[in-house]
Amino acid sequence: MTNPPPGNAVRRSPLVDRLFGWAAQGAAWLTLGLLAGILVSLVIGAWPAISKYGLGFLTSSVWDPVKGEYGGLVMIYGTLATSVIALLIAVPVSFGIALFLTELSPAWLKRPLGTAIELLAAVPSIVYGMWGLLVFGPILATYVQQPLQSLLGGVPYLGALVSGPPVGIGILSAGIILAIMIIPFIASVMRDVFEVTPVLLKESAYGLGSTTWEVVSKVVLPYTKAGVIGGIMLGLGRALGETMAVTFVIGNFNQLDSLSLFQAANSITSALANEFAEAGEGLHQAALIYLGLVLFFITFVVLSLSKLLLAQLRKSEGVKT
Amino acid sequence: MSAVMQDARLAKFARRKRVNQIALVLSLAAMSFGLFWLAWILVETIRLGIGGLSIATLTQMTPAPNEAGGIANALYGSFLMVLLATFVGTPVGIMAGIYLAEYNTKGMLASVTRFVNDILLSAPSIVIGLFVYTVVVSQFKSYSGWAGVLALALIVIPVVIRTTENMLQLVPPGLREAAYALGAPKWKVITSITLRAARAGVTTGVLLAVARIAGETAPLLFTALNNQFWTSDLSQPMASLPVTIFKFALSPYENWQQLAWAGVFLITMAVLGLNILARVLTRAKN
Repeated sequence: MTNPPPGNAVRRSPLVDRLFGWAAQGAAWLTLGLLAGILVSLVIGAWPAISKYGLGFLTSSVWDPVKGEYGGLVMIYGTLATSVIALLIAVPVSFGIALFLTELSPAWLKRPLGTAIELLAAVPSIVYGMWGLLVFGPILATYVQQPLQSLLGGVPYLGALVSGPPVGIGILSAGIILAIMIIPFIASVMRDVFEVTPVLLKESAYGLGSTTWEVVSKVVLPYTKAGVIGGIMLGLGRALGETMAVTFVIGNFNQLDSLSLFQAANSITSALANEFAEAGEGLHQAALIYLGLVLFFITFVVLSLSKLLLAQLRKSEGVKT
Repeated sequence: MSAVMQDARLAKFARRKRVNQIALVLSLAAMSFGLFWLAWILVETIRLGIGGLSIATLTQMTPAPNEAGGIANALYGSFLMVLLATFVGTPVGIMAGIYLAEYNTKGMLASVTRFVNDILLSAPSIVIGLFVYTVVVSQFKSYSGWAGVLALALIVIPVVIRTTENMLQLVPPGLREAAYALGAPKWKVITSITLRAARAGVTTGVLLAVARIAGETAPLLFTALNNQFWTSDLSQPMASLPVTIFKFALSPYENWQQLAWAGVFLITMAVLGLNILARVLTRAKN
């Protein structure tokens, strides 16, 4: 007891312990710093464009690198339009998939089918893009656009919606491909929140003689409302920021004259992907970074909403009323 | 009177049943709709990709238009950048995951970090590319493999944090307490008990992160750029499989498109393989 061995493990450990704790905390701070760093660097990079155009950038549709005039309306419209189309398709389909996986599917099929849907999310977006451009686009043009054009050709307004050369690129094909890409995200959130509905509630409804559909639409859906909307927001966030798939099929053409679903257009992400590496330093680059900042801001808001809504559901979970 | 009511009730019941049937059929249709796209994409990828695959594809450099060649330099560039990004991003992700699960589970910093991490997890990857461009590329005035590695590493971090935290939380507290009772310091408990118990789950997270960055194109477009030649020098622009596919697929040249399909085939198989491996790992653990 009088002379403890030098370098005693007990005496050395507090330092290692503290170092390890600091490293862990440092890593957490680094994550926070990353978000702050992204915001700050984008604002600095976009500053020449922000100070020149202000918020008017968002409502101007002129994008002319030759004259040095920039406005982001065309790209912002393209991003929002494709995402809305994607949601219109993906939400009902995801709901159907979640309903199937939680209420209809035999137990032994749940896992393989769930995995198959999740694999849709794993396919790299460049694969969707190439497939969309070279396989899906032409088929969409031949079997959907051309019949629609001959059907609605003379009708005012509706005819304009389907005009354009039949090559299968534009807002609609981008929207459809985005829908396929976000279905797995929305469906898996919906499935997860459907599964947290207390069995007691469902069984009571069944006991009163409800059909499966009535249980889902009148018990499960109201109970999980916040979570379902959170899942949809998550899908929207994904759709807004998707780059490669959209870049392949949207056509990369800056125009707003034609609102046709089959006319080439542009989105924030595809403008960045196509122009950024070639844009010289200066206003062109700053304007593109400004677009990136707008995109980051929109997705930040959408994803925060999604997170808050999902947290709200989790809070009410297990609370007896 | 009661017969009329009886009829009305039966009619209502029939209607409810019909609505139910329609809803269930639609749900089945939605499921098939989802599977249909997966099957279609896979079939086309295999059909068009196998054709472009040969020994030369894997051993030769990216060619000029209408010349024979392969995608060896792109494969190598992708491999190198994904490997390094995983090595850079994984430790940070695991440490932050440990912090959230073991050190500070309910505090302010933890809640904020969790929130921010979930946002970064779904944030547009092209914005990560923009960030690395402004911080690295425009400062050093050159596109480089290192910038690509950094961009990919930033995508790895949130994925690893998320899975590490979730997996560590599944480790029963009794294990930790037993180790503490034996006098083990905290770092020892974490590294040799909890992290080891959650090994399969954490590995899954890393595999999923690798699968995610292997297919990422957007963050590499203006960080690593592209390179027609073989290079191991990370301070030079570097080719990667996704960026090469992007360039070749949009070109009008037959042989470039053929190579792009071969690349798409390789990348799809690798990514789906990693995903399935990750799933098998977690299932074996359960």
